[in-house]
Amino acid sequence: MLADPAVALTILVLSLFVGIEIISKVPPLLHTPLMSGSNAISGIAIVGALIAVASENTTISTWFGFAAIVLATINVVGGFLVTDRMLGMFKKKKDA
Amino acid sequence: METYVQLAYLFSAVLFILGLRMLSSPMSAPRGNMIAAFGMLVAIVATLISTGVVGWPMIIAGMALGSAAGWLLATRIEMTAMPQMVALLNGFGGAASGLVAGAELLDYAREGVTPAGIIPTAIVLGTLIGGITVTGSLIAFAKLQELMRGAAITYPGQQIVNALIGIAAVGLCFAVAIDPSATTLFAALAGLALLLGVLLVIPIGGADMPVVISLLNSYSGLAACATGFVLGNSGLVISGSLVGASGIILTKIMCDAMNRSITNVLFGAFGAVTQTAGAAGEEDRPIKAYTPLDAAVIFNNAHSCIIVPGYGMAVAQAQHAVRELADELEKRGVKVQFAIHPVAGRMPGHMNVLLAEADVPYDKLIEMDEINPQFPETDVALVLGANDVVNPSARNDPSSSIYGMPILDVDYAQHVFVIKRSMNPGFAGIQNPLFFEDNTMMVFGDAKGVVMKLSESLRELG
Repeated sequence: MLADPAVALTILVLSLFVGIEIISKVPPLLHTPLMSGSNAISGIAIVGALIAVASENTTISTWFGFAAIVLATINVVGGFLVTDRMLGMFKKKKDA
Repeated sequence: METYVQLAYLFSAVLFILGLRMLSSPMSAPRGNMIAAFGMLVAIVATLISTGVVGWPMIIAGMALGSAAGWLLATRIEMTAMPQMVALLNGFGGAASGLVAGAELLDYAREGVTPAGIIPTAIVLGTLIGGITVTGSLIAFAKLQELMRGAAITYPGQQIVNALIGIAAVGLCFAVAIDPSATTLFAALAGLALLLGVLLVIPIGGADMPVVISLLNSYSGLAACATGFVLGNSGLVISGSLVGASGIILTKIMCDAMNRSITNVLFGAFGAVTQTAGAAGEEDRPIKAYTPLDAAVIFNNAHSCIIVPGYGMAVAQAQHAVRELADELEKRGVKVQFAIHPVAGRMPGHMNVLLAEADVPYDKLIEMDEINPQFPETDVALVLGANDVVNPSARNDPSSSIYGMPILDVDYAQHVFVIKRSMNPGFAGIQNPLFFEDNTMMVFGDAKGVVMKLSESLRELG
């Protein structure tokens, strides 16, 4: 995949800049949903967990992978759901 | 095949970026969150297709278990408990990354293969950052959930102990990176990382939690990023660094809002000192204690009011009572606004979420720089469970430990009401001269109870 570490590092540095650019635009009003939403994205570790479990024989590392799947899924599902719940509460002034 | 999988990861990264960008406005944010969630689905499906039909029972069991737990957490959690929830989820993300790094190392060791290039370095970094994130987040969770004391825990020689353990951990990182077959050393490294997480967070006081939570958020992303290097997976690298960046930005915003450096927050053990020299003299000055009825009379004659919420509002779950008070005041033609300090509460944006939950329209939640010039023309400022963010010492007492921190200038208002449980100093452990000002009136009691009585009294006044 990313055989050349220089390519991976390039991606890393560029993504950091993209991240800083987009996130600087988020107003303080939405900082909590931003945290829980980006937190859910860090659940991308689930991709690594799936790869770790997908081996022919069951070893201790498979169990590590299994635990990682459970934790990362909680992170992803819990993170996106709670963000959605919070964002549903932010409304403009209602007509009374 | 491989190319399509990589393209799928790229597609999911684009969805994450678009999703995060839409979080910049409350109107587009819900859709942004959906888009990011869809991006995650794309990444997961792509991974499952690329690994083929291997280990499915475990994958299905793990995802079912995780989804159920995640769903329960997300739907049951009280909004006042959001800081704990975010801390816990950070911990889970960090743990997952650490475990993946560990699994990879064990696989290499079992097969007797020495991983090439950057992989060993990425494995040790993933383990170190992941480990610190896990226990650091759990301690933050325990402090926020009040399972342990929120104040800073310090002991003599703490910095030296931490530094030594840190150096040992870095040493082990080098040892394992050079010889990845040394699984015992690797276990020791994992152990030290977990220990460091605990030791680094216990000396940080409650009021500094917004910084800690932002930083742990960043770590959980960087740990995922490290596992991306281990697996040579661009999807992990991109998403991990996006989250890392978001955490870094929030950490910086929080530190700036306290006019302190990140090193000072992390190692300053702020709040461990309970008394400062300057505070002793102040305590003899009289304070004016009022009842909610007295306050109601003044509110009844006011034209404008700014409510300043703090952590105390969260603790007392008073956000709905506050909304009712605001409604009652608006019915009387009083202009009501809310002043939000960036570090009010225990995580970035904490107050905004609570008030949004209570249906306060977000255009009434005003940021510090915008509201500060309005205080001199305001009849009443109502301080509700906030302390350090309204402490005038930050503006005019160079000897104060919070000197230089930007604050909300409530003391410039005609009248200031402070609702507080007792005269105990806030989490920073500093006395607040605001309470002794001539235009300040203290109303003692539980924030929710006092606010409800205030609304009642207003109604009685007709």
